[in-house]
Amino acid sequence: MIVVEDLHRHFGGFRAVDGASLTIKTGSITGLIGPNGAGKTTLFNVIAGRLPPTSGRVLMDGEDISGLPPHVLFHKGLLRTFQIAHEFGSMTVRENLMMVPPDQAGERIWNSWFARSRVAAEEKRIRQKADEVLDFLTISHLADQKASMISGGQKKLLELGRTMMVDAKIVFLDEVGAGVNRTLLNTIGDAIIRLNKERGYTFCVIEHDMDFIARLCDPVIVMAEGRVLAEGTADEVKNNERVIEAYLGTGLKNKVKEAASHG
Amino acid sequence: MDVLNALVAFLNFVFIPGLAYGAQLALGALGVTLVYSILRFSNFAHGDTMAFGAMCTILMTWWFQSIGISFGPLPTALLALPFGIAATAAFVLATDRVVYRFYRRQKASPTIVVIVSLGVMFVMNGVIRFIIGVDEQNFSDGARFVLNPQDFKVMTGLAEPLAIKTTQAVTVVTAVIVVAFLFWFLQKTRTGKSMRAFSDNEDLALLSGINPDRVVAVTWIIAAGIATIAGVLYGLDKSFKPFTYFQLLLPIFAAAIVGGLGSPIGAIAGGFVIAFSEVMVTNAWKKIVNYLVPEHMATDSLLQLLSTDYKFAVSFTILIIVLLFMPTGLFKGKSL
Amino acid sequence: MNQRSLILFALVACLYLGTGFLQSWNLSLSILNAALLATIAALGVNMQWGYAGLFSVGTMGFTALGGLAVVLVSAKPNVENWQAGGWGIVLALVLGALSVMAAIFAWRKLPKGRTRALVVAAIMVGGFFLFRAVFDPNVMAAEAINPQFAGNLGGLGLPSLVAWPVGGLLAAAVAWGVGKTALGLRSDYLAIATLGIAEITVSVIKNEDWLARGVKNIIDLPRPWPVPYEVELQQVPAFLDLVGRWGLDPVTTSTIGVKLLYAGMFGLVLAAIIWAFERALHSPWGRMMRAIRDNEVSAAAMGKDVTGRHLQVFVLGSAVIGFAGAMMTSMDGQLTPGTYNPLRFTFLVWVMVIVGGSGNNWGTVLGGLLIGWLWLVVENVGPNIMGLLTAPLPDSWLKAHLLGSAEHMRLLTMGVILLLVMRFSPRGLIPEK
Repeated sequence: MIVVEDLHRHFGGFRAVDGASLTIKTGSITGLIGPNGAGKTTLFNVIAGRLPPTSGRVLMDGEDISGLPPHVLFHKGLLRTFQIAHEFGSMTVRENLMMVPPDQAGERIWNSWFARSRVAAEEKRIRQKADEVLDFLTISHLADQKASMISGGQKKLLELGRTMMVDAKIVFLDEVGAGVNRTLLNTIGDAIIRLNKERGYTFCVIEHDMDFIARLCDPVIVMAEGRVLAEGTADEVKNNERVIEAYLGTGLKNKVKEAASHG
Repeated sequence: MDVLNALVAFLNFVFIPGLAYGAQLALGALGVTLVYSILRFSNFAHGDTMAFGAMCTILMTWWFQSIGISFGPLPTALLALPFGIAATAAFVLATDRVVYRFYRRQKASPTIVVIVSLGVMFVMNGVIRFIIGVDEQNFSDGARFVLNPQDFKVMTGLAEPLAIKTTQAVTVVTAVIVVAFLFWFLQKTRTGKSMRAFSDNEDLALLSGINPDRVVAVTWIIAAGIATIAGVLYGLDKSFKPFTYFQLLLPIFAAAIVGGLGSPIGAIAGGFVIAFSEVMVTNAWKKIVNYLVPEHMATDSLLQLLSTDYKFAVSFTILIIVLLFMPTGLFKGKSL
Repeated sequence: MNQRSLILFALVACLYLGTGFLQSWNLSLSILNAALLATIAALGVNMQWGYAGLFSVGTMGFTALGGLAVVLVSAKPNVENWQAGGWGIVLALVLGALSVMAAIFAWRKLPKGRTRALVVAAIMVGGFFLFRAVFDPNVMAAEAINPQFAGNLGGLGLPSLVAWPVGGLLAAAVAWGVGKTALGLRSDYLAIATLGIAEITVSVIKNEDWLARGVKNIIDLPRPWPVPYEVELQQVPAFLDLVGRWGLDPVTTSTIGVKLLYAGMFGLVLAAIIWAFERALHSPWGRMMRAIRDNEVSAAAMGKDVTGRHLQVFVLGSAVIGFAGAMMTSMDGQLTPGTYNPLRFTFLVWVMVIVGGSGNNWGTVLGGLLIGWLWLVVENVGPNIMGLLTAPLPDSWLKAHLLGSAEHMRLLTMGVILLLVMRFSPRGLIPEK
C-alpha cells in the first residue's frame, strides 16, 4: 500500500504538485487521471524517486520512502514505466529484459573473469525467464531486434515486460496507451489484468483513454492543479461535476461566472 | 603593536594583489560563463583563447614600441588591445564557422562539444607556440608605479611601504569598465536582451524571431573580447607564458562554478572568492602578525598556510566544497 | 575483428617496420614501447569514456601516481633520512587522515545546522594546524640529510615489478576520493575536478622533496625483473657468443634486446588487460554498463545504482592508467616530475581513444599505436619537413624562427587530427559494434 501525505513539489514558483494526498490499496489497479498539467507525471516522478519532494511524505507499507533514489525503490518492489518509452536502444529486446533482474552474479565484474560457469548458468535461467515474458506479451518474434528499431507501442509492451522480470509489488505505468494502437492497447490491458490477478501486482495507471481506464481501474483518482480532486469508480468520477469542471478548464468557468455577475 | 603598519602590509601583500588577480579571474570566468549559457558547453579552449588574445596584443605592442608609439605612463599594450581583440574575435568566429557550428546544428551532446573544444585548444596552443614560442615574454612598459613605495614611506612616515603598480590599477579600472559595459549591454540593448532570452529558453527565443546565428556570433565576439582583455591584464601584471594560461583554466572554471555556472554576477563573485582565498592561504603572514602582537611574542615562522606552489590546491578545495554542499554555486546558475 | 580492422593494424605495423628499416630499430622500438604504455593508459580512458561516458581529464595525475609508486616501492630506503624524520612524517599523515575522518564522522552524526558546520570547520582547521605542527619540522629534518644525493625517505627496496600493481592501487585510491565527490553531479564537473587533481598531484610530487626528491629527480630506480642492463649483458659470454655467431654488433644488439624484452612485457600486460576488459564487456556486467550508458534514468528505474557503477568504472580505469604510469617510470628508471605535461599525458591519450574508436578496445589499441607513432615521429620528422619547406627562403630571422618552432607542429597536428576525426568519423577508425 502506498500512502501519499500532503505532497508538494515546486519548480521555482510553479507548484506542479501542491498538497496531494492519496492512497493506493494493495491489489488494486488504481487509475490516475486529470487534465494536462494536473501534476500526474510529477507525482509519479516524486513517488518513484526521480525527483525529491519539496515537502510531504510517501509511505510504502508504513515505511517512509520519500526521497529515496530510484534504484533503492526498485529493490523494495516499486517499479515504473515512462511516458516516453525509455528503452536501451543499442541492446536487443531480449537483452533489455535480461538486464532487469537485480543482484545478478554476472553483474559483479570479477565473476565475469573468475566464475564463468556460475554466470553462464544464471544467464540461462534469466534468458528463459525473458523468453517467457516475451511469450506472455506476444512479442517473441522481436526478441533479437534492436530495441531502438521496434514501434512505439511495442516499446510500451517492452517496458511493461521489464517489470515482469522481477516480483514487483507495485508498478506505476505512465501513459501506457500514448501513441499505441487499439489492438496493442487491448493486449497491454489484458496483460495488466492478468498480472494483477495471477501475480498480485498492484498498479497505478496514468492514462487519458477513458474506456481503457473504465475497463481496468477501480478506484479512479482525479487530479487537477497539483491536488486530488475526486476519487471513486470510473462511473462516479465521470459524472462528478467538479471533475467535468476541471476538464473544461476552471479558467473558462470563472470567466463565464464573471461575465454573468457583471452582466 | 602597530596597527597602521600591519594594515599597510595587509593592503600591500594581500588586498591589492588579490584585487588585481580577482579582477583577472573574474573576467576569465565571465567568458566561460557566457559561452556556457548561450552555447551550452564548457569551453576548455578558453585559457588558450586568452593566451591567443594576449599574444596578438603583444605582437602589436612590440610593433608600436618599435615605431615609437607609446601611451605615456600607461602600458602601450592598452593601445594595442583593440587590435588584439579584433584578431582574436576573427579567429574565434572562424573556429565557430569551421568547427562548432556543425555540432550546434547537429544538436550534439555538450560533452561531445567539450571534447571538440579540447581539439580547438590543441590547435590554438600549437599556433601560439608556433608564433611566439613557449618562453616568457615581457611587454609591460610605461610608469611602473601609480603609488611608489618610497614616496609612500616619505609621505606617511610609516616603516612599511605601500606600492600600487600601474598594471594593478589598470587591471582593476579596466575590469570595472568591461563589467559595467557588459551588464549595460545585456540589460539595455536589443542584442543583449535577445541573448538573455536565448539563454533562458532557446526554443521560445527562436519562436519569438530571434536570429540564433547573430546571438551566437555576438557571444563569441564578446567572449573573445573579454578573454583577450583578461589575458592581456594577466600578462601585464604577472608575465606572458603560454603554459600558465592553460593552468589558469582551473581557477577560472572554479570561479565560474563557485559563482554558479551561467551567472555573470556569480562569475565575478567567484573570481574574487578564488583570488582572495589563494592569496590569503599562500601569503606569509609573519610580517603582519609581528606588527600586531607584542614584541616578545614575535614569531620566526613564516605563518604561511600553504606554499605558493600549491595555489591550485586552494581553488580546487573551494571547488570541491562548493560541489559538495551547493552544486549550483553561490548564485544559482544556468541563465544570464 | 573484421578485414578492415586487420588491414588497419597491418598498416600501423608497416609504420613501425618502416621506421625500423629506414631509420633504426632502436628508434622504432623506443616508439613502440612508449606507444604501448600510452595505449594501456588509453584503454583505461576508454573504459571511463567509451563504456560509461565519463569525461575525466586527470590521466596525467594517475600516470604520475603510478610513477610515484615505483619510487616508494622499488627505490633504496634512505635509512638516515627515515630516522631523521620519516616516522614523524608518517605520524603527521596519519593525524591528517584522522582529522579528515573525524570531520566526516561529525558531519554524519551531528544534526543539521550551524553547530554542525562550525564543529566540522573547527575539526578541519585544528587538524590542519596539528598536521603542519608535526609535519614541518620532520620534513625539514628529513630533507636536511644528504640533500645532494638523497634528501628523501626513499622506498622499500622491493622489486620494480611489485610497484606496478601498487601504482594501480594508488591511482585507484585517489580516483575513489575524486569520484566520490564529483560523480553524480553534472558531467563537466568531473572534468574540472580531475583536471585539478592531476595538477595538484604533479605539484605535490614536484615540491615534496622528502617524497621523491621533487624536481631534483630520482634517477637510479632498478629495472624490473627480468630485464638486464645493457652493459652487463655485454659481459655475458653466452650473449657474446650468440652475437658473434650471427655477426651482430654487441652494443646495438643488447640495446635492441632490452627494448624487445620491454615490448614483450608491455605486450603481455596489454593482452591481459584486453582479455579482462573484453570478458567483462561481454558479460552481464557489460550489459548493465551499456544499459546505463544508453539511458541512465531508465537504468536507475530498473534498479541499477548508476552513480555506484560510474564510481566503479572510474576507479578501474584510473587503476589501469596508474599501472601504465608505473610501468613507464620503471622502464625509464627515473622519475622526473617536470616532464609531466597535460598535453602529452592527458590529451594525447584522449586523441588516441577517439581516433581509434571510443568504446572499442581494439580501436583504442590501434589509435594508441598510430597516434603514439605519429607523436614521436612528427617530433623527429617535423623539423626535416620544415627544413625542406624553408629551403628556398633566404637565411633570415623568419627562417630561423620557423625552423625553431617546427617541433610545436605536433600539437597542431594532434588538434587537427582530433577535430577531423570528431567531425568526419566520430566513431573512430574501428567503431564499436
